[in-house]
Amino acid sequence: MGLIWKSLPYLLMGALETLKITIFAVSLGTVLGLIVGLGRISGQKVIRFLAACYVDFLRGTPLLVQVFIVYFGFPQLLEQLGSPVTRIPPFVAAIIAFSLNSGAYVAEIFRAGIQSIHRGQMEAARSLGMTPTQAMRYVILPQAFRRVIPPLGNEFIALLKDTSLLSVIGIVELTRRGQIIIASTFRPFEIWFAVAFIYLILTFSISRLVTFLERRLDIK
Amino acid sequence: MMVRVRGLKKRFGRLEVLKGIDCDIAPGEVVVIIGPSGSGKSTFLRCLNLLEEPTEGTIFIDGVDLTDPSTNINQVRQKVGMVFQSFNLFPHKNVLDNITLAPIVVKKLDKAEAEARAYELLKKVGLEDKARAYPDQLSGGQQQRVAIARALAMQPKVMLFDEPTSALDPEMVGEVLGVMRDLAREGMTMVVVTHEMGFAREVGHRVMFMDEGKIVEEGPPEKIFNCPENPRTKAFLSKIL
Repeated sequence: MGLIWKSLPYLLMGALETLKITIFAVSLGTVLGLIVGLGRISGQKVIRFLAACYVDFLRGTPLLVQVFIVYFGFPQLLEQLGSPVTRIPPFVAAIIAFSLNSGAYVAEIFRAGIQSIHRGQMEAARSLGMTPTQAMRYVILPQAFRRVIPPLGNEFIALLKDTSLLSVIGIVELTRRGQIIIASTFRPFEIWFAVAFIYLILTFSISRLVTFLERRLDIK
Repeated sequence: MMVRVRGLKKRFGRLEVLKGIDCDIAPGEVVVIIGPSGSGKSTFLRCLNLLEEPTEGTIFIDGVDLTDPSTNINQVRQKVGMVFQSFNLFPHKNVLDNITLAPIVVKKLDKAEAEARAYELLKKVGLEDKARAYPDQLSGGQQQRVAIARALAMQPKVMLFDEPTSALDPEMVGEVLGVMRDLAREGMTMVVVTHEMGFAREVGHRVMFMDEGKIVEEGPPEKIFNCPENPRTKAFLSKIL
């Protein structure tokens, strides 16, 4: 127990890093996901195709490989293209990889959310003279947003847990800090449980936040 | 003519739903379309504001050709109000915002003016006390009256009604038909698809009987209801009257 207390500040610093990456990736991933999700239902065939390729590639390949591509692969490409900057800091690479990956899942969540809105809503909006963009913005999306909050919450929880992969590119987040402590103390049992417990607190907080938002935004 | 339709055909894949419709509707005229389900009457109505795209033929609304690709359909739709069977109010907006959304967003009206007009319309449909209510707090009849007010807020020249009372409990049909009757008296051009024969008889200037994608017979309500000529019209009316 004493060991856990002693390690706690050190682990919490890691939790902060985990949270930071999660928040960045979730924000960028949501914006990206909305754009790609709208692309998936675009009237333009080319846009639909490109959006589908994006989603298929990022959902069909391991996140770890995607992290490697961004962190190790992109610098090589940059070098070959003659770019003056060829090093991507781990933190930046992590956020790029996680945002791209999350964008694919969030795109599918938005697509499903938009398609779940009854077609009569779009018809009513269009019959009043709204353009497709206006109808989407004022009628469809506000309703779809409320519906996608629970699946978005699940996606964010999954993303937070997946950041534990990032120790492989040298990011000292929560899991990495656990490894470091164990390397010097040889007490894996207590430390891994402490790490797990901190993850649990983080994910549980997100799920409470989601429930709260869901209730706040509920259409009576 | 307010509405002029020539040679209108609509196919869904191999199924031909409208097989050549010609009709003219004068300003202020109330046309009631009746017919068995699957006869194409709703599809016809939906073609009049291009919710369905015609396969063939031309449609003029107030002189504008809807089927001309250079026509700005969003502008034409502002002149054609539509009321749906399932109301289709926006559930995330209250009654007032449902009515003012399109005038503000599409017509760029300022909020105060749009709201003043919305209150007038709510008074007209008898719901001025429900301005802040949300659609799911209203009965079906009230929702449909709000939907009518919402369509009128764009100051359309033609109103289309697609079975406006079919989703209502019987005791609420009257209040909606009442609003429609007032509208007809004020001289609104109306095209109404309905099964309410009492309304057709009393308010309609002309009744069209559609079957299998065609207008089989049309004329003043007294003639269609009292001495129909076409055997299919007779058979249909004998089943429902």
